[in-house]
Order: sequence, then structure tokens, then C-alpha cells
Amino acid sequence: MRIVVCAKQIPDPATPYKLEADTHWLVRPAEQVLDDTDRYGVEMGLQLAQNSDGGVTIVSMGPAGSMQGLRQALAMGAEKAVIIDDPTLRGSDALATARVLAAAIAREGFDLVIAGTESTDGYSGVVPQMVAEILDVPALTYATEVKAAEGKITIHRQTSTGYEVVEGSLPALVTVTAGVVEPRYPTFKGIMEAKKKPVDNLALADLSVEATTDQKVTSISDAPARSGGAKIEDDGAAHEKIIELLAQKKVI
Amino acid sequence: MAEVWVFVREFDGAPTPLALELLTKARQVGDTTAVYVGTGSEEAFARLGEYGAKNVFHLDPKDSLVAAPVARAMAERLETDKPDLILFGQAYDDRDVAGRLAARIGRPILSNATNVTLEGSTSHEIFGGTQIAEAEITSAGPKLVLIRPKSFAAEPTGGAAPQVTVLDLPDVGGAGAKVTGTHVEERQGPKLEDASVIVSGGRGLGSAENYELIEKLGKLLRAATGATRAIVDAGWVPYAKQVGQTGKTVKPDVYIACGISGAMQHLVGMKDSKVIIAINKDADAPIFGIADLGVVGDVHKVLPKLIEALEKR
Ligand SMILES: Cc1cc2nc3c(=O)[nH]c(=O)nc-3n(C[C@H](O)[C@H](O)[C@H](O)COP(=O)(O)OP(=O)(O)OC[C@H]3O[C@@H](n4cnc5c(N)ncnc54)[C@H](O)[C@@H]3O)c2cc1C
Ligand SMILES: Nc1ncnc2c1ncn2[C@@H]1O[C@H](COP(=O)(O)O)[C@@H](O)[C@H]1O
Repeated sequence: MRIVVCAKQIPDPATPYKLEADTHWLVRPAEQVLDDTDRYGVEMGLQLAQNSDGGVTIVSMGPAGSMQGLRQALAMGAEKAVIIDDPTLRGSDALATARVLAAAIAREGFDLVIAGTESTDGYSGVVPQMVAEILDVPALTYATEVKAAEGKITIHRQTSTGYEVVEGSLPALVTVTAGVVEPRYPTFKGIMEAKKKPVDNLALADLSVEATTDQKVTSISDAPARSGGAKIEDDGAAHEKIIELLAQKKVI
Repeated sequence: MAEVWVFVREFDGAPTPLALELLTKARQVGDTTAVYVGTGSEEAFARLGEYGAKNVFHLDPKDSLVAAPVARAMAERLETDKPDLILFGQAYDDRDVAGRLAARIGRPILSNATNVTLEGSTSHEIFGGTQIAEAEITSAGPKLVLIRPKSFAAEPTGGAAPQVTVLDLPDVGGAGAKVTGTHVEERQGPKLEDASVIVSGGRGLGSAENYELIEKLGKLLRAATGATRAIVDAGWVPYAKQVGQTGKTVKPDVYIACGISGAMQHLVGMKDSKVIIAINKDADAPIFGIADLGVVGDVHKVLPKLIEALEKR
């Protein structure tokens, strides 16, 4: 099975995010990490590929930078990465992103595309569905369990009250939740091998696709702040303060 | 007058509460058509009318996964109809249909909006709700907006029964999928969305077994119980309990956060609670920044004492 995983490099979430003053785009340093959301996709891809004698290709759009995030995915075991890094794509919206990703995925060829449910930095939560529509395949979304074999794919699709069992045929796209698998940590060997694995760095002109963005952020302002109230150190009687407040609010 | 479509997903035979919120907003913006996805019934359609829908497009995907056929049926209709705005909720089926529809008709989507104007410009809470971004779509055509739950209060107007038109679902071939089973998890106590008191737990509880403390406290306070994504992903509790950006948005009178750090993505789902109480052993935990009463302490010490004291009352 040929598996493509959509994975994004993002600024380290442990650092504060900043927006550029004029464009309101996210400031992206050269060193970006693999989005945690996509580590689950990579792991899922590796497991399915292993069971079916196939490999995993990573497809990513955005500034390549040091490619630390992509190397992370390669170190986990992906065979190859394709990154579309083009200055004209800066500030792309979800649809422009999806068009570029879909074109790159079609160029690679695929049986299964795997994506996260929402990215950590953009969280539009609609890019994978758009990709699926452009590729004319089903999107089996919010998977907490995935089985793929013999041209068929079956998932447990998370719902607000439990889950649904959803079946489709390959080629298909799935989005995976964070509970789906336990992502592996790269081994030393994996990290060394990742340095030699192929990375295709493409520009928009390499894909016959038009990607224009027609939405923009017009202003940023501070939200009305909610400030903290009393903070007390538990000296063994903090629960009494909680009870006082609950009584005052007539909860008890 | 502007024309607005509202995506309405059926749940348990009725429009979801989220859809009723969107209908309430939509009728202030323009003439409203509900795109109703589900089995449908007189009562369900009457309810859409009560909340301001003048017209209903009814689509029943039966056991098909909704997104592909519904998006394509909507796209076909959009060849003749020209709504100014199409509103969806920030919810699973809504996202799936909106994404596919947007790609089909080549229109952008504004996601995670908390407000929308007649012109289709939107407000978005960013960085955990500390800042508001205003955004707009710069090209002509229907504007697709995904709106976060509880952004507007649902209020009936007592409108008449709407005009219902059935839309046929096209055959989508290989792009379709089937729903072959449904599994509903058992829930005890009130629903998170409706509860006036919520007790939530996070990774600070230490283990799945310790969620019992949250359940016990919840029962004593007749509260709903919630959770962070961290412990949902860890499999301690079902997704139905998740509060936050990708879970439920709640606005109870009292929210008690136990062993929860207060990550941005959690805060956006609960920061509008009237009173917030937090218990966390780290005095610098971000949750204290919005807590009305912050207890710097160990949940394993504070919660058992709190439970015991409440049991004695
Ligand atoms: C796209 C995206 C969407 C997300 N959506 C959501 C969402 O909808 N909801 C959500 O909740 N999260 C969401 N997250 C995850 C979020 O970023 C955090 O990872 C998560 O909220 C952290 O959960 P936590 O507070 O339980 O765990 P942690 O951040 O690990 O915090 C545990 C806290 O417990 C405290 N603690 C430890 N031991 C004790 C003790 N004995 N007594 C008292 N306190 C103790 C610690 O000091 C710490 O503050 C999302 C993330 C992304 C990227
Ligand atoms: N620029 C990108 N490059 C690669 N994958 C992406 C990109 N943007 C979104 N995705 C994929 O789509 C998922 C959801 O992202 P989003 O729609 O931005 O919330 C992510 O988890 C990725 O799998």
C-alpha cells in the first residue's frame, strides 16, 4: 500500500507564538518541529505500511527551514519527504494549502492519505476534507481506530456520544485523532538514516496548480481580559474555602 | 435582504442545539434557509421555523457518510441559488461537509469564528482567547463560515412552518463511505453542554482510576464531569467529556478544574464560565490566571477532603 502522510512543520509550541505586524501571519523560525498532531499520522502510516509491504511518504507545505520537523518524521521511519516551499504560498488559507497538497499527493501516487484532525498552529480543521474532495476520494475522519486491507478501509469515527464504524474503499483519506496509536520515538539509527533519506523540495511551478488565497486578517485586538481572583496555598483546609464559595453561589 | 444558508445536522431526531444557535444568528443577518441533514420529520422542520428558517432543504444520506453526497448536492444547488453566507458549526459533520463543499465550489472558509457580520467578516479568538482577530473574505461569492458552539444564544421567534424542498443526493462513486455501526457510550448525570456546574479533571489526577474523585465530586454537586484532551487521548475517559477547542464549549455557573494546567486549547472551551475554581499543585499554572478561586495544592489531598466534607452536609 502506498501511503502518503500530510505533516506540518510548526514553530515549537513551547515557545510563545507571534504574528507579523503588517500581515498578521505567524512568525516561522528556521527551526520548526513536527506538529505533534501529525506524529500520530506518521505512526499510523508506518504501522499500516509494515503490514502491507509499502512505504510512507511525507508531504508538507510551508517554509522548509532547517527541515528539522521533516527529519523527525523520516527518523521515525518514513522513506521520503516532499516539501512545497514557495514564497508565493506564504499566508495561504486552507483551500490554497489543500490544492497544493492534493497536487503533490497525486504526483506521488497513493492508496491511502493520512492527515491529522487539526493542526496545532492553524487548526482550521478542514484541510484534509478539502484534499479528499480534490482527489475525489472518501474522507474517513476523526479515526480512533484504523484497519486497512485488500482495498478496503474501516475506521472507528469518534462522535460526541461514542463512535461510528465507517467503511470505504481505497484509495481513501483518513484523519487520525491523537488517541489512535502511540507514536514511536526515533532511534539513534533512525536519526542517522534520516539524514540520507531523499527530500524533494518543490516550488509551486513544479505542480500544475493554481493556489490563491482570498481571505485575510484585518485586525488583531486584545480580548476583554478575565483576571484571576484569590489564590490560596493549601494548608490542609483549602477545601473549606471551596465549600464557602460553592455555598455563596448556591451550588450547595 | 441578504440570503443565508445554515447547515443543520440532525441528532436524535431533532436539530442540534448548535444549529439552533446558528439559525438565531442567521435570521438577524438575512433570509434563512436551513440545509437539514437527517431523517427529518414535521416536528423537526417546525422547530427550524420556530428558530427563523423560512425554507428548508432536506437531505437524507441514510447510512452514507454524509460529507461527500451532501457537499455535492449543495454544490449543485449553488449553481442556481446565490446565498451571501453559508454558516456551519465547528463540529465534525459540519467541518467535513464545509471542507468538501469549499473545495468543490472553490470558495474559502473562515474557521473557528465567534461572530459574523452581514458582510461576512468574522471574529476569531486566538491565543487562548486573549486576542481577537477580525478576518474577511476578499473575493465575491458565498462566504463559508464555521462558528464555534455557544457563540450565540438560541432563541425561538415563533416563526411559521418553513417551506421544505427535498434535495436528491448524487451518486458520489468511490468518494463515498458507509456508516455500518453506531456505538453510544453510557453517560451518567447531566450533559456537559447543559450543566450549571462542571467538575473537570486533567493529567494532574495521575491515573485513570483517580478520575473516580471527579465522578464522586460531580455526583455530590449534581454536576456534569469533564476532562482535558490529554486524558481523553490517554484513554482515561471518553471523548464526550472533552472540554476545549476540539471538544465541548461550556459556560456553566461554576467550573472546577482539578489537575488541569490551563493550556490555551482548554481555556477557549471554558473561560466564559461564571465562576472558575482551580486546584493545581503548580503555583504558576496558567489556569490560575483566570480562576476566581485558585487552590495551590495536591488534588489527592484537597479532593478527598472536599468530598468528605460535602458528604457530611
Ligand atoms: C489542535 C489542538 C487542539 C486541542 N484541543 C484541546 C481541547 O479541546 N481540550 C483540551 O483540554 N486540550 C486540548 N488540546 C491539548 C492542550 O494543548 C493541552 O495539552 C491539554 O489541555 C493539557 O491537559 P492537562 O491540563 O490535563 O495536562 P497537563 O498540561 O500535563 O497539566 C497537568 C497539570 O496538573 C498539575 N498537577 C500534577 N499533579 C498534580 C497533583 N497531584 N495535584 C494537583 N495538580 C497536579 C500540573 O501542575 C499541571 O499543571 C489541544 C491541542 C491541540 C494542539
Ligand atoms: N501546510 C501543511 N502541510 C502538510 N499538511 C498539512 C498542512 N496543513 C494542514 N495539513 C494537514 O491537515 C491536518 C489538519 O490541519 P488544519 O486543517 O490546518 O487544521 C494536519 O494535521 C495535517 O495533516
